[in-house]
Amino acid sequence: MRAYRSPAPGPPARPRLAPARISRRSVEPDAVPSARTSKAVLLREIVAHLRQGRTQLRDEWVRRIIEARLLTAMSQDEIFMEATSVYDNYLDALETGTLEAVQAYAGQLSERIVPRGVETREVVGIVLLLRDVLARSLFAKYRADFQLLNRILDAYEPAANRIATTVAVGFVQERERVIREQQEAIRELSTPVLPVRERLLILPIIGLIDAQRARQLTEQLLRAIRSNRAKVVVIDITGVPAMDANVANHLVRTVDASRLQGAMVIVTGLSPEIAQTLVTIGVDLSKMNTVGDLQGGIEEAERLLGYQVVPVPEARR
Amino acid sequence: MGVPILKQGYYLIATIQTALTDTDLQGLRDGLIAQIGRYRARGVIIDITALDVMDSFAVRTVQDIAQMGRLRGAETVIVGVQPEVALSMVELGLTLAGVNTALDLEEGLIFLDERTKRASKGGEARAP
Repeated sequence: MRAYRSPAPGPPARPRLAPARISRRSVEPDAVPSARTSKAVLLREIVAHLRQGRTQLRDEWVRRIIEARLLTAMSQDEIFMEATSVYDNYLDALETGTLEAVQAYAGQLSERIVPRGVETREVVGIVLLLRDVLARSLFAKYRADFQLLNRILDAYEPAANRIATTVAVGFVQERERVIREQQEAIRELSTPVLPVRERLLILPIIGLIDAQRARQLTEQLLRAIRSNRAKVVVIDITGVPAMDANVANHLVRTVDASRLQGAMVIVTGLSPEIAQTLVTIGVDLSKMNTVGDLQGGIEEAERLLGYQVVPVPEARR
Repeated sequence: MGVPILKQGYYLIATIQTALTDTDLQGLRDGLIAQIGRYRARGVIIDITALDVMDSFAVRTVQDIAQMGRLRGAETVIVGVQPEVALSMVELGLTLAGVNTALDLEEGLIFLDERTKRASKGGEARAP
C-alpha cells in the first residue's frame, strides 16, 4: 500500500490499471445487471472515470481553491503540487476503501502546512471543494441515467465523506499536537527563578496563572530556595494581567510554603486593577509582604539581608 | 522509638529520623519542655529533614512545643522542611503559623543566635 506520494514536480501522465477495460464497462452500463452492481464495482468505475479526467479535474479544483481565496499562505505552484498529491491519495483511498494511507498522508501534509499558518477552515474547505468538483463530474457523466447516478452517489458520498473527515481530523490533531508542544515550551520558559544576590531570589511571573502553572511555579521556587539557600524571595507579578480568588490563594500558598523552608517572600508589582479586584473579592493578603514595584522589593530584600548599596564617588563621571 | 534530644550550648536539638507515632510525638514534647528547664535552654531546634510527611497531629504538636517553649523562655525553630513536604502541608492548610522556620540546621542555629543576642542586648543588635 502506498503510504504517501511526494508531490510530483509536474502533472505526469500516470500509467494506471487498464483504464480501457474499466471504461468499457462504464460505457456499457447495461451490461452489468443493476441488482448485482455492488458498491465496490461502482467505486472502481468512479475511480477509473476520475483518473481519466485527472488533469482537467485537478486544474478545475486548483482554480476553485484560488478563486475561493483558500490557502493564501502558499504560492500557486505549491498549491498545485499539494493538490496533485492530495488528488492521487484521494483516489487511492476511494479505490481501496481503506483510510490508513490517507490518514498517514493527512498527518504528513498537516505537519508541512500547520507551521505555514494554514487554518482548519481552509483545510476543510479544500477537501470539500474537491468532493464537489468530483461529484459534479460524476453528475455530468451519469446525468442521462438517473437510477445509475443515484447508485453512483450512494457509493461515492459515504467514501468521500469518510476521507474528508479523516483529513480534517488529521489536521486538527496535528494542530493540537503543535499547540500542546508550544504550551509545554511556554510553561518551561515562563518560570525562571533568578538569583540576584547571595540568598536573594527573584521570580518574575509573566502571563496568566492557572492551577497547574501555579503548582509548578511553587515547586520550582521551593527547589530553588533549597539549592540557593535563599532567605528572601521577591515575586514580581507586574506581568500578570488579571487575578482571581484562586490565583490569589495559590500565591498565598506559595508564600506559606516558602516560609516553611525559612524563606521570606515579598510580592511586588500589584497593578491597580489587581489591587482593586483583591480588595473587592475580599482575599486576605494581610500575611503577605507587598511592595509597590520590583525596585522597592529588591531594596526591601537587601535591607532584610543586611546589604547596603552605596554609590562609589569615583565611579561617577 | 523516641527522638534523641541533644544539648548544644544553650540550645536543644531534636532530630526526627523516622515517621513518629502520636505517642512518640507526645514523648518528644514532654521531653523537650522538661529539658528546657533542666538545661536553661534558650532555643530549641526541631530538624525534620528526614520526614517525608507531616500530618495535622505532628503540626499541632510542634505548635504546642513552640508555645510551651516560649512560656518557659526558649525560642523554637523548625528546620529542614522539604519542598514536597512544604507543598503538601500548605495544601492541607497546615502552615505552622506562629512557629519560626529555617532552611536547615545551620540556618536554625544562626537564627537562634540572632534572636538570643537581640534579646540579651535589649534590641540593640543590628544587621551587619
